[in-house]
Amino acid sequence: MTIHQSPEAFGYDAFLAAHQNKEVLRFITCGSVDDGKSTLIGRLLHDTKQIFDDQVTALQRDSRKHGTQGAEIDLALLVDGLQAEREQGITIDVAYRFFSTDKRSFIVADTPGHEQYTRNMATGASTADVAVILVDARQGLTRQTRRHALLVSLLGIKRVALAVNKMDLVGWSQTRFEELLAAFKDFAAPLGFTEIRAIPLSAKNGDNVVLPGTAAPWYTGTPLLQYLEAVPVRVEEQAAPFRMAVQWVNRPNSDFRGFAGLIASGRVAPGDAVIVEPSGRTSTIARIVAADGDLPHAVEGQSVTLVLADEIDASRGSVIVTADAPMRVTDSLEARLFWAAETELLPGATLLAKIGTVTVNAVVTAIRTRIDPETGNPEPAARLTANDIADVTLTLDRAVAVDAYAANRDTGGFILIDRETTDTAALGLIQADAAAAPVKEEPAAVREKRSGGGFLSKLRWVFGGI
Amino acid sequence: MSAAPLTTQAATTQAASRSDRLTHLQRLEAESIHIMRETVAETENPVMLYSIGKDSSVLLHLALKAFAPGRLPFPLMHIDTTWKFKEMIAFRDRRAKELGLDLIVHTNQDGLARGIGPVSHGSEVHTDVMKTQALRQALDKHRFDAAFGGARRDEEASRAKERIVSLRTAQHRWDPKRQRAEPWHLYNMRKKRGESLRVFPLSNWTELDVWLYIEQEQIPIVPLYFAKPRPVVERDGQLIMVDDERLPLNPGETPKDVSVRFRTLGDYPLTGAVESDAATLPEIIGETLAARTSERQGRVIDKDGAGAMERKKQEGYF
Repeated sequence: MTIHQSPEAFGYDAFLAAHQNKEVLRFITCGSVDDGKSTLIGRLLHDTKQIFDDQVTALQRDSRKHGTQGAEIDLALLVDGLQAEREQGITIDVAYRFFSTDKRSFIVADTPGHEQYTRNMATGASTADVAVILVDARQGLTRQTRRHALLVSLLGIKRVALAVNKMDLVGWSQTRFEELLAAFKDFAAPLGFTEIRAIPLSAKNGDNVVLPGTAAPWYTGTPLLQYLEAVPVRVEEQAAPFRMAVQWVNRPNSDFRGFAGLIASGRVAPGDAVIVEPSGRTSTIARIVAADGDLPHAVEGQSVTLVLADEIDASRGSVIVTADAPMRVTDSLEARLFWAAETELLPGATLLAKIGTVTVNAVVTAIRTRIDPETGNPEPAARLTANDIADVTLTLDRAVAVDAYAANRDTGGFILIDRETTDTAALGLIQADAAAAPVKEEPAAVREKRSGGGFLSKLRWVFGGI
Repeated sequence: MSAAPLTTQAATTQAASRSDRLTHLQRLEAESIHIMRETVAETENPVMLYSIGKDSSVLLHLALKAFAPGRLPFPLMHIDTTWKFKEMIAFRDRRAKELGLDLIVHTNQDGLARGIGPVSHGSEVHTDVMKTQALRQALDKHRFDAAFGGARRDEEASRAKERIVSLRTAQHRWDPKRQRAEPWHLYNMRKKRGESLRVFPLSNWTELDVWLYIEQEQIPIVPLYFAKPRPVVERDGQLIMVDDERLPLNPGETPKDVSVRFRTLGDYPLTGAVESDAATLPEIIGETLAARTSERQGRVIDKDGAGAMERKKQEGYF
């Protein structure tokens, strides 16, 4: 199989066009310790010819020193980068890897399997289109497998490849493979995946990773790489309503005022009616400015500068959205937190919340329930410790525009920052708020008034009569 | 600049790619621009580290796009070890003039006075004094609290785990255990007094992406990237270009003209050339795809022992 066709084969122009027009797929690999994640990624890199001769030489040297595969080259060492990791023989942080074929470019988030690194996996999953969940064919589904599947579903990943690894060690048993798939489907039924694609493979030998395996004639599906080349990319984000958080107001002179940002979802064109949240003021898109000229339209994933038809107030922190689908404007959030800090979280704590391009003070008014990381079931909790997943209520010091995370990952996700250490303390997902009053018909002035009073009244509720 | 004119096919491709399906280059470009705008909005005094190489050329091009039609809201800074290729310095000065850039050039004067150089002191000492220490001096002198760099995660193992926004202590040290999660497109740019950020907008680009983008956007780059006969000597398996008289020749050693190009650029005695006839961007891209060695293979400093880059980063090297 030719991974990259040579330029001579069909001419430079077509060759360049093909490579310049490829899409990118982001995926995350997850699995338990020793399921062979690093070996799988090493195999993908190796078999798509991303590994260079000098790296192979270094690999041979390192395999003798640190390898776990005896005399053979240990492909995992391609991925386990930090010296600290090599010495301990484990992966301790999320690493990003890149490879490409004629069809697509790939960005892989390789995340560790240890329980204490939930935040890294959540980080890797937050931008992934697909999750590749590894299972050791001999071990079957473990506690970690369940945790990882739950985690990627919580982070909004809809498509999963179940890579049943080390099939060579169970004699490529079809029965074993089907048993594992059935168990996984059973467990994953409530997790909302739209696709589960199971692939029997051996990362160590390379069967069904890039090249089809010959050892299992009963398997008629494609190798993992072919699945990754074909799976849809960011279709949900493209179909969602238009949203763009304003990062920066571009005012080179008094004649030009543009709002710069990255389009989180949807599509926009001049003439579109928009709302500037959270103020709720309305306007129309006059121009979409890019460095090399105005654009006739722009879509999810593009960094643009928008010019509005009216001189209305907008600045960093504002969100420009389609008038057809306003955002929820609120100073109170129900959120699911992935607590990442080593310190405990207690009710009443104040942190900074960065939501899109706005940063506000947030008080944790209540910890409602902790989520069992294996079953997804809620349980009572008075405090949170590192790597806990929990549902909390946050009260903000001013109203912000949000979406539910389930509807939009970019406008529904946020981080909490510890005000003293300045570290990122938590990842947060905004939950759908069934109780929220519809804000569509509410005039802007009323909304601003409402949001002004909300925080103080809630502070009183938290601290008692201040 | 010897870049081929945009072919009709490539131009058509660009127009067609303005549909709803974004290409990986469009997504990479948008992500880099977003990172630059976030940094400018959230820090007080950012600077762009400009190394004159192809990655810096791409970084500069993206920055110009990010803030157009406005001007660049930050200066560029070049850490000049005084051992760069002559063509690099000429290119730097020409681009600064053409674009009206606010360019700071900093050299470690103390190191210069002590005569520190790659030939006399070896790559490790030279890099530490003239690059790492020089960078720290310059950042402190100008009180920059954020510095853009062109590093990519595909370059080297310890880079693969680097964050896009990397927190450095007041002593400019990198602590791999204190790096922050970066979910979605959210970057935590808060820092304590004295701490600073290194920001890598090209984190998710590969060498191939950089070349494809240079071709697509017709970005000017230093001519040393294109093959042509140049005087070189072979040392420890590396082809070193004799750029000036400061490179002492061994007895019996004579530079010979070989058709070479460079995949990365740095201090000339520390930068190996590759034999090549690729004199145009499409030819370079063809060679990049067919390459059997990584681009850092030409960098002498990466060979200062296992974990060399990880250690240099912890000490404050970019």
